[in-house]
Amino acid sequence: MDKQLDLGSWVDSVVQHLLENYSGAFDSLGSVVSGFSEGIETLLMLPPAWLLIAIFVGLGLWRIGARFAAFTAVSFILIVLTGFWDQTVVTLGLTFSATLISLLLGIPLGIWSARSERVAMITRPVLDFMQTMPAFVYLIPAAMLFGLGRVPGIIATVIFAMPPAVRLTNLGIRQVNKEIVEAGQSFGCNGRQLLFKVQLPNAMPSIMAGVNQTIMMALSMVIIASMVGAGGLGNDVLASIQRLDIGLGFESGMAVVLLAIILDRITESFGTVKRATNKTTWYTWVSTKLRPQRQ
Amino acid sequence: MRSGKIVVENLYKVFGPQEQEAIDLLKQGWSKERILAERGAVIGVSDVSFSVEEGEIFVLMGLSGSGKSTLIRLINRLIEPSAGDVFIDSQNVAKLPHGQLIDLRRRDMSMVFQSFALMPSRTVLDNAAFGLEVAGVARREREERAMAVLKQVGLETFAQKLPHELSGGMQQRVGLARALAVNPSMIIMDEAFSALDPLKRREMQDVLLELQKTHRRTIIFVSHDIEEAMRIGNRIGIMEGGKLVQVGTPQELIDHPANNYVRNFFDTVNTSRYLTAGQLKTNSVPLYVHNGKAPDAAAVCQELLALDKHYAFVIDEQNKFRGSISLERIALLVENGQTCALDAEVLKQIEPLTEDLPLDRVIERLVDNEGPMPVVDNQGFYAGAISKGRLLARLQEAG
Repeated sequence: MDKQLDLGSWVDSVVQHLLENYSGAFDSLGSVVSGFSEGIETLLMLPPAWLLIAIFVGLGLWRIGARFAAFTAVSFILIVLTGFWDQTVVTLGLTFSATLISLLLGIPLGIWSARSERVAMITRPVLDFMQTMPAFVYLIPAAMLFGLGRVPGIIATVIFAMPPAVRLTNLGIRQVNKEIVEAGQSFGCNGRQLLFKVQLPNAMPSIMAGVNQTIMMALSMVIIASMVGAGGLGNDVLASIQRLDIGLGFESGMAVVLLAIILDRITESFGTVKRATNKTTWYTWVSTKLRPQRQ
Repeated sequence: MRSGKIVVENLYKVFGPQEQEAIDLLKQGWSKERILAERGAVIGVSDVSFSVEEGEIFVLMGLSGSGKSTLIRLINRLIEPSAGDVFIDSQNVAKLPHGQLIDLRRRDMSMVFQSFALMPSRTVLDNAAFGLEVAGVARREREERAMAVLKQVGLETFAQKLPHELSGGMQQRVGLARALAVNPSMIIMDEAFSALDPLKRREMQDVLLELQKTHRRTIIFVSHDIEEAMRIGNRIGIMEGGKLVQVGTPQELIDHPANNYVRNFFDTVNTSRYLTAGQLKTNSVPLYVHNGKAPDAAAVCQELLALDKHYAFVIDEQNKFRGSISLERIALLVENGQTCALDAEVLKQIEPLTEDLPLDRVIERLVDNEGPMPVVDNQGFYAGAISKGRLLARLQEAG
């Protein structure tokens, strides 16, 4: 069938226009993002592998339990033994950079749309668009505007991964029990106190669910972003497809899966209030000693 | 203007577009149903005026949707009034700038909620200290003050627990402690005990009444439980369809309900419990006046036998009660022929009942005393008598 309406060429000319007239702005934005993500990557590369692994194992032990900590340890050792550790750290760095930028933009936007019907009305269709557009599609304009490398990868990832942070922050604040909000107001909270002392703490489980989803979506997107040269485990996945190398595909894919499970479980655990248990283990004992004591 | 701690004057709340137009139409006599149908505006509160005295517990009652929850939120302005005034200590809260309103809420008024509305991630102590924290009181001082109010409600050992670790009744004690911690002169309580089981509800009512004994605060209490309203309320206001239909003491509402809606509230209540001596009195006991000269015993004896009565009361010319005498005693006197006059020395002295004495005290006195009891009004004048038989008949009627 013939094309009756050529939307694509309009979008194309918009991108061309941006490229011709605002390349300076995109360059400086690109260098900010690049510097930020390089900083995070350097930070992750700084400690030796065993220390980074120990940190994750420790987090798993504190938030979830001994079995999950053991799983984390075995997973990371498996990644080290198969020789994917360096790429895993790069992927982790990309995921963290994209997640942090997404949250930095997404959570305030979520708060704003919870407070204003108009903002909520505008953000909703935009978020739908951002989330449902096939992820690859963002890579084309991102690569054109920012060149190849980690920056377009991170920018495309931010666009893809930000919506849940906005949505679940907005939803979380709106769902705070009406009487709890009234309690805040009736005891004389001003706008800022109401937000920080009442709404955000009570919306925390929902916001943390948003953070969790953002991380998971960012992880899946940074793999795809290897197509524009973002690097990390995605490179190996891409190479295995190009060479039809089943072994490499399995190994690199497994590293992604293990990383995903570990990140998912740990961030999820921050969304649910850890119930007090009667069982005293050495680490609950330590954590009660570390908590500031009153009276 | 009315006087009182809280004075509400011609207060309106309209939910929907064109609030002022809806109020004008209400004043022209449109019904709220017609305004909803033709203008799309919901009338929440319509032309309500009342006042609450310092130290009083004022209970607002009404069916759900009658506007009682809206009304109390207009008083602390969680909901903006559409028209009218709310004076608290002569300060018009309805017109107060936002900054001063926040200041007033921090300093002098607090609220207790039906669902407790505690912050789930804060400890009991931090919840109780919430109002002080918002007001900027330093941690040390606010924790001390919060601890002191937790002691008052008997929760000092639970200070470091989280709300979900407490039972419903205990959670509402925390809600009450939070309201008391800022030491306000008035508290608004929105169905505060409605979510509790009947035993816990009674217990919390006792806690509240006990607290009122040591420090009288002005309390507006919303309830749909008539027993609760009568138990704790100094006065009750009944709301129907956004209007305040009647305000009065429990007794006034039982005796003179303004309409069937008010009367229906008391249908489920065994109102006989709230009867007083004044309502139970009759003139079933023959009266004899001691006008300087004592009544003649023989004549009285004849009359009592004719009337088939067993007791007679003697009053003086000023209508003051002088004493009672039984037929048996008169008969003995007449038989002996000693004296024929009913003087002070032969009359039995009884401390009369006052008209406002409640039923349970009346029964107590009747049990202690043989024969009927005299009732006097608040000036001490004889007003009637209550006998055991009459009382039982009356209770059976009311039952």
